[in-house]
Amino acid sequence: MQVSRLQTSLLIGPGLGWLALLMVLPCALIFVLSFFERGIYGGIDYVYTLENFARAADPLYLGIFLKSGRIAGFAALIALFVAYPAAYAISRAPRAWQATLLFLAILPFWSNYLIRTYAWIVLLNREGLLNQGFKLLGYSGEPINMLYSESTVILGLVYNYLPFVILAIYSSISRLDPQLWEASEDLGASRLQTFRRIILPQTAPGIAAGLVFVFVLSIGNFVTPDLLGGGHVQMVGNLIYDQFLTARDWPFGAALSFVLISIMMALLFAQAVLTNRAQRGGNG
Amino acid sequence: MAEAHHRHSERALRAHLILVYVFLYVPIIVLIFLSFNEAGLPTAWTGASVKWYAALASNETIQRAALNTIIVAMSSTLIATTLGTLLALGIEMRQKPNSALDALLFAPMIIPDIVLAIALLSMFSLIEFTLGLHSIVMSHVVFNIAFVFAVVRTRLRNFDFSVIEASIDLGASAFTTFWRVTFPAIFPGVLAAALLALTLSVDEFIIAFFVSGAGPSSQTLPMQIYSMIRFGVTPEINALATLVILFSFVALFISQRLNKGVLTT
Repeated sequence: MQVSRLQTSLLIGPGLGWLALLMVLPCALIFVLSFFERGIYGGIDYVYTLENFARAADPLYLGIFLKSGRIAGFAALIALFVAYPAAYAISRAPRAWQATLLFLAILPFWSNYLIRTYAWIVLLNREGLLNQGFKLLGYSGEPINMLYSESTVILGLVYNYLPFVILAIYSSISRLDPQLWEASEDLGASRLQTFRRIILPQTAPGIAAGLVFVFVLSIGNFVTPDLLGGGHVQMVGNLIYDQFLTARDWPFGAALSFVLISIMMALLFAQAVLTNRAQRGGNG
Repeated sequence: MAEAHHRHSERALRAHLILVYVFLYVPIIVLIFLSFNEAGLPTAWTGASVKWYAALASNETIQRAALNTIIVAMSSTLIATTLGTLLALGIEMRQKPNSALDALLFAPMIIPDIVLAIALLSMFSLIEFTLGLHSIVMSHVVFNIAFVFAVVRTRLRNFDFSVIEASIDLGASAFTTFWRVTFPAIFPGVLAAALLALTLSVDEFIIAFFVSGAGPSSQTLPMQIYSMIRFGVTPEINALATLVILFSFVALFISQRLNKGVLTT
């Protein structure tokens, strides 16, 4: 059917217009704002400066970036190590079950983030279920406070993003040709060798997608450090929040956001390149 | 010996998978369980009771927040489903790959909420736009368009466009063709996408928090839940959390039934 360019433009126009006005424009504005000075009373002075970026590189703020990167990195790695065998197990389950198993794994991911994070406060607080469990097991000391530390924040991030990593890895495993590992085993390779030489390299795009996704969503996270870190763990997201709502230094907050987005874009780009190369390698 | 080793590792894998499900669901199940706890605090079990659900039902602040959430979620879903579906139709008909456009339509899914939130707040305040429920709706449409687009587009990929051609050749107008041929074929996908959008909007907190403006008149449920967690846990929170998470699970379940793979591709 001949569909004119005008007709498709009419279909595409409203949606794109919405995104242009309420996503592209505000993000461009953030970019512009980051080059201005902060006004005396928290407003914006329209004077060009690079001061905000210089400030973002100050050891204090650089430290927060590094800490966020470390937390996000740990979360991504732990999620990968937990998710890989789980995804592999789903792919080895009877065909008829796989869709259900996968759905059960991903379901929490699409539900309320705040509540899933709060559920850990309920479990881990001083009077929470875990401390009561310890008491039943004969522990009689002071209740252990498991909340409000970096490890709790990492736990929360792993919990929230694990489903996605399972999905990413499952989909790259399910794309593998089962004949590949049959052939490998027929040729006398051990299961470990088959895994290391065949399965692991072929699922690299899934691993990369999972790692990058968790890292990107974690490094810009606000809710998890805020609730599970209880003010003791400050990440970039919390810093940006403070600049906008507490310190009222919008240009600096904008510069921080810009740096954050740049880090994320670089990672996503690297991942896209890797995936492309793997796909081309597979075809060639 | 190799066979025994094989069975051993299969069993270890299965045990790991079960532990993963335990890890994913136990916190939620504990929360639901404690919402029926007679004692107010989410601690020791003192007997079953639905009194916190009753307290919830008579709490006017929460009623108001629930109503606001319904308004925001319904409106943003309606707009995003319409625009996202049209986008998917337009882009699939064009059949010319455009990676810049793909990146733009993927962006709302990965931009950190906090960044989109401050960007929107900056723009709204710069043009002195009055904030309220309508600004939350406008902002939620941004990410919902992307999700609806992705779901409907996948559905369209499996749609045979020559059917449209046939319909036009047989004398049907473009309008009739759309309502009689194209739309029924993609409808389950559109509905599934709408349910997903509804859930995402009902659950969204950070953007709503930033662009809602001051004052309780535009508080949504997640904002209410956040302040209950952050500024002193009140007993009703477990009941409220249970209702919200069960709503999500039911909506997502129906969505998955309507369009297999909506959540898993």
